[in-house]
Amino acid sequence: MSQNAISRQKRSYLLRTPSVKFFQDLFQNYELLLFVLPAVLVVFIFNYLPMYGIQIAFKDFTPANGINGSPWVGLKHFARFFSLYNCFPIIYNTLALSLYSLALNFPTPIILALILNQIRKERFKRLIQTVTYMPHFISTVVIAGMLLVFLSPETGMYGQLCQLIGIKPQNILGDSSQFRSIYVLSDIWQHTGWNSIIYLAALSSIDLNLYEAAAIDGANKWKRMIHIDIPSIVPTAVILLILSAGNILNVGFDKVYLLQNSLNLSTSEVLTTYVYKIGIQSAQYSFSAAVNLFNTIVNFVVLVIVNKISSSFSETSLW
Amino acid sequence: MTNQNSITKMSINDKIFETAIYLLSIIVFIAVLYPLYFIVVASISDPGLVVTGKVWFLPKGINSKGYMKVFEDMRIWNGYLNTIAYTIAGTLVNLCVTMPAAYALSRKDFGLRNILMIFFVITMFFSGGLIPTYMLIQKLGMVDTFSVMVIPFSLNVFYLILARTFFASSIPNELRDAASVDGCSTTRFFFRIVIPLSKPIIAVIALYCAVGYWNEFFRALIYLRDDKKFPLQIILMDILVRNHVTVTAGGDLADLERIKISAIIKYALIIVSTVPIMCVYPFIQKYFTKGVMIGSIKG
Repeated sequence: MSQNAISRQKRSYLLRTPSVKFFQDLFQNYELLLFVLPAVLVVFIFNYLPMYGIQIAFKDFTPANGINGSPWVGLKHFARFFSLYNCFPIIYNTLALSLYSLALNFPTPIILALILNQIRKERFKRLIQTVTYMPHFISTVVIAGMLLVFLSPETGMYGQLCQLIGIKPQNILGDSSQFRSIYVLSDIWQHTGWNSIIYLAALSSIDLNLYEAAAIDGANKWKRMIHIDIPSIVPTAVILLILSAGNILNVGFDKVYLLQNSLNLSTSEVLTTYVYKIGIQSAQYSFSAAVNLFNTIVNFVVLVIVNKISSSFSETSLW
Repeated sequence: MTNQNSITKMSINDKIFETAIYLLSIIVFIAVLYPLYFIVVASISDPGLVVTGKVWFLPKGINSKGYMKVFEDMRIWNGYLNTIAYTIAGTLVNLCVTMPAAYALSRKDFGLRNILMIFFVITMFFSGGLIPTYMLIQKLGMVDTFSVMVIPFSLNVFYLILARTFFASSIPNELRDAASVDGCSTTRFFFRIVIPLSKPIIAVIALYCAVGYWNEFFRALIYLRDDKKFPLQIILMDILVRNHVTVTAGGDLADLERIKISAIIKYALIIVSTVPIMCVYPFIQKYFTKGVMIGSIKG
């Protein structure tokens, strides 16, 4: 009997040891705990608490009833979204813009990095880097403003150019078929330089002996670039591709919203702008939250799938 | 590059390749620089010549009409001051939240290290979404306040990882052991030793934050109502995108004159709003790129 009690005590003592040690460590390091406290609070309040509110996507939320008091309605809001006449156009617009953007924004920084890596005149290289990184820091509002000013058919650069060649300038900002190109090409102008930095870093870590060996074997510069430079940046490229795939339905709100007008709405209405309009402007909280949740889920699923594909084809994976 | 010296003879192919590289890089250089250059030129040129396409490379009819109009507009002044206040306050809060947390998370002897890291990283992939976040901020009574531009989201997980990686790799454990033998507390060690040793990373993160706050548009659009609190970016949207130019010179201007003036105001306004960032940019560029490098080590 007493032996039993002792052994039980022993066992529970043994079980408790790691956790006791854990708390002792914590107590000894209580200062570190205080160090992380503000960050934990900020993230908990502003990132985790809203997750509790996601449930309104499955409820008929009214401010009077509050989140908990509003009645559950199941998938009503999702069903309503999918039965809307503009549901599939919006999803299509989002996907089209995002894929178009990915198709051009993914390879251009790689190409720029490969070019910059070939330049041997250090000062010239640094000059090009300085200039191409610069637009990255311009705000989206200013970029949209620049596009509107430049592309104006009457007073802008574009209008003047058309008149010089003798074509009648069109209002391309109000042309729904041009919206995606304007969006993507200006993105390339703004971010290619900055996005090339990470590839340049990968390129600068290549062992110089590799080039020398290749040169002795008779490989010219082009071949050295194809067979040494490109393989060495593939892992970086794959990681970045996976990450951007996870944002497939996350078209940046700001620029689309700023370039949107009633004339190009048929291609420029995307999920994020739609969520903003129905949620903030028309105050249909539950419906908007449902569309938003759909967006988040699709993003996450795509991220997981692409990561799975990538890890089965190569060694590169996020987790 | 030493390997280039060892190969004295360049083949024809290599010469063509080299020329193509230089040509391409010059094209890229011009394509990126010209729009920026044009705005500078247009902003100091005669409005009439700009809107009729007479100005391409050199300013013509130099004057400061556009800038005068911009400085006459009280909304722009007000927005400028607000943006400066948000930028300074936001950057300070950001640093105060991020740096200590990053240091704690860089310490291997901190028991909650891995759990908390997961806690932070999850927010990079999941969020409550626009509406639940908006409802929470509304409930907290932060809509249309100064604090909504500063306090929420003052922890950026990317910067946290950046700073943590820096601390983990550049603050040697021996230093801490030596300090604790001498009876130096963690807090004291952090402020007296870690912070002074980490000036580069603090500079990087402060600059990243400052640019972010300066360019912040979405949060102001969602959470601010009172136009006295609007930051510069909202005013810019109003003028550049929504075309709400206030031409105070008098109501009897002809339409063409109006178009001219509003165009010149826009060019000048783009310069005025972007100049602070462009002025510090050359000096901070190397820090920025360093930040990307540190981040890429452990992304």
